[in-house]
Amino acid sequence: MTALSRRGFLKTSTAAGAGLVIGIYLPSRGQAEAEGAFSPNAYLTITPEGKITIVVARSEMGQGVRTSLPMILAEELEADWKQIAIEQAGASTLFGDQTTGGSASVRTTWDPMRKAGAQAREMLISAAAQKWNVPRENCKANSSFVIHAASGRKLSYGELATAAGKLPIPDRAQLKTGGYKIVGKSTPRLDTPSKVNGSAVYGIDFRVPGMKYAALARCEVIGGKVADFDAAAAKQMPGVTFVDKISDSAIAVVADSTWNAIKARRALKVTWDEGPHKDLNSKSISDSLHNADESKAVKFFSVGDVSKADGRKIEAIYELPFMAHAPMEPGNSTAHFRGTECEIWAPTQVPQDCRDTIAPLIGLKPDQVKVNVTLIGGGFGRRLEHDYAVEAALLSKAINAPVKITWTREDDMRCSTYRPVSLHKLSATLDANGWPIAFTHRIIGPSINGQKGSQSVQGVDADFPDECSFIYPVPNVALEYVITETPVPLGWMRSVYALQMAFASESFIDELAASAGKDPLEYRLHLLTEDSDVKYFDATWHTSRLRRVLQLAADKAEWKKPLPPGRHRGIACFGCFSSYAAEVVEISIEKDGPRVHRVLAAIDCGQVVNPNILDQQIHSAVIYGLTNALRAQITIENGRVMQSNFNDYEPIRMSEAPIIEAHFVSSTEPPSGAGEPPVPPLAPALCSAIYAATKKRIRALPIQT
Amino acid sequence: MFLVFPMANFSLRVNGTSKNVDVEADTPLLWVLRDSLELTGTKFGCGAGYCGACSVHVNGALTRSCTMPVSQAAGKNITTIEGLGANGLHALQKAWIAEDVPQCGYCQSGQIMAASALLAKTPHPTDAQITEFMAANICRCGTYDRIRKAIHRAAGGAK
Repeated sequence: MTALSRRGFLKTSTAAGAGLVIGIYLPSRGQAEAEGAFSPNAYLTITPEGKITIVVARSEMGQGVRTSLPMILAEELEADWKQIAIEQAGASTLFGDQTTGGSASVRTTWDPMRKAGAQAREMLISAAAQKWNVPRENCKANSSFVIHAASGRKLSYGELATAAGKLPIPDRAQLKTGGYKIVGKSTPRLDTPSKVNGSAVYGIDFRVPGMKYAALARCEVIGGKVADFDAAAAKQMPGVTFVDKISDSAIAVVADSTWNAIKARRALKVTWDEGPHKDLNSKSISDSLHNADESKAVKFFSVGDVSKADGRKIEAIYELPFMAHAPMEPGNSTAHFRGTECEIWAPTQVPQDCRDTIAPLIGLKPDQVKVNVTLIGGGFGRRLEHDYAVEAALLSKAINAPVKITWTREDDMRCSTYRPVSLHKLSATLDANGWPIAFTHRIIGPSINGQKGSQSVQGVDADFPDECSFIYPVPNVALEYVITETPVPLGWMRSVYALQMAFASESFIDELAASAGKDPLEYRLHLLTEDSDVKYFDATWHTSRLRRVLQLAADKAEWKKPLPPGRHRGIACFGCFSSYAAEVVEISIEKDGPRVHRVLAAIDCGQVVNPNILDQQIHSAVIYGLTNALRAQITIENGRVMQSNFNDYEPIRMSEAPIIEAHFVSSTEPPSGAGEPPVPPLAPALCSAIYAATKKRIRALPIQT
Repeated sequence: MFLVFPMANFSLRVNGTSKNVDVEADTPLLWVLRDSLELTGTKFGCGAGYCGACSVHVNGALTRSCTMPVSQAAGKNITTIEGLGANGLHALQKAWIAEDVPQCGYCQSGQIMAASALLAKTPHPTDAQITEFMAANICRCGTYDRIRKAIHRAAGGAK
């Protein structure tokens, strides 16, 4: 399986609504058991000393999985949270798909981790009951002890570990339906102390004894290859031990320090074969969208018949640019090829894809490649690519030594994968009162999954089911997709197509409200008045949940209360990754453009596991969304990405950061996505505020152009 | 045109300890700290002074270690995140834990080093003073609100 089909599988499976049975495997009587420890499944080990270790089989990139996932298991285990230690899983065969993406970590591990905890709890209770020779029904687990209330006896999990390890694993264990002690409580992150004293080890910090350092020269023209190179000057540079081609398109410079490698790379003389895309530019890419053959449009969601609707027609075209993830930690990986095996240390969201991709490239079998997952200094989807790890593995084999490759910020900006461009043609038919009776949204653009060769779902990109919803129960709706091609490498960037989809469709809803002379909140609430279920691919969206989250954001913003002079606001809502989010953005218009003062964000992501981390994720999504809306733009000229660093691709800084209030709907629905859903409403809500202030409609991002 | 500097021995005082390193004179202090001295708490973000992830103190002054050649740092007192709390955690590190600031955490060493430089000059900063000073550091995860709260907390002010 490639990363993409894996991601596609993950998404399809979660969309189907069936709790994914990932990572529950039974039994695992391993080495731990031999030492008297209790390890009823791959997620959990309890030692006789009482140390409880929970394995995290997703990658920590800031979203808090090293805290929130163990909380889920610890809850069912009835463990004392203070005793929990975590262990990071590398690429494994024990946990199902370990891809970290699609806002799926909590929603796909919720069931398996609860079951793993409950199963262990039942075994510990049985062990205690047998020791005391009492009915197990009279025993209770609480805070890492099993207690027999009638006699006042209790045994710790450590004391019970060895005995519990000898018991059969129960087929089923009752899961809690509420009364949570850990889940739902604001809990400090376990990784925070290491992140404030410099001890946290990210991929870029990893070192192996005897390790070399490398920088790679890659063609800045998309699709370009090495034609010829002269390594003489680079080889003369201090500390340099190796300069050679490691693939058609990359030359590695290996030295005794990162700096010496970077510096020697500048001395390398390369003649590039710039290939077929050397004249590619942003204008021609945009033209390819505007001139796409729309006769090939695939209708992927349809209600009624939009062509039969009669009334006033409104049309608009929206357009979005390429964007770069630009995580703070530049690309890197460390590899140690040892002949019949290879070990990798990578900041990756796809350890299994790294393993499976690398193995054949270095002449090994997947089980001979060990991929360790380090902390990640920001992912946002960029680490769903395996490129850094592949480079490190190829190079380690070439030099027969451990090596760390480090990308510079310029490498990251220019040789990355990018959020795809898209063009959106919207039209609506309004009745005499201004309410839409038909709504058409035609998306034109290249497909990420298509470019990577993974299967489409019902003729569209496999990401669409999770990201391209339209929840308003308008009587006639058509969502259509026209796929185009681009040589620009595409990647999944936080909220993926939901960003484009929400910007276009929510902005257009705002246009409809304005044309009807109605308040944008009231307009949406009217459309969502009735509870209805919207069937969408294999999922079901509920208008009631979207309405509630929209109302929550509006209430917190005191929507009906007039703003002070000079302040304006806009609103938008969207459903994606099985969750619902709404935002109200308050702005003023300054000489240099809109200034965002305050964002009220609301999310309904089902049962909240850790409100502290959800609050962080919402803040993060708002800031990320604001950068996207205001100025994130990758442009192409002469086949090259024109941006290079944080000077010309500048994320939002504190001086531009609004006050953010994060709110969530209290819910007992199963957890759904949290990291991405609050991103999409930001841009349309901001543009709605700009319209309120200026009567100018922004139909293309970024705003600051 | 590439100037090749001779390897030279530079003496630095890092977190209170004398260190000698044999590196090119133009090697940025960042890479001396990370590769030669294995102090990896100081991060590489942009290599051009835009993001602040590499912030350290050189003779007490907030400095971008990615753009300071080791030759300029020689003989000076360098403080990195590892040495900020000479006797246990610095008040800012404690405040960072109390507010649970980090997400990915990659920029946070630089944020804390910047914040400590701010408090050294302005022990009780206003929101505006924090914003003005801390705008030099980029956080891609958007932890700005909590950074501000943590600085107020460390300064002993209201949150």
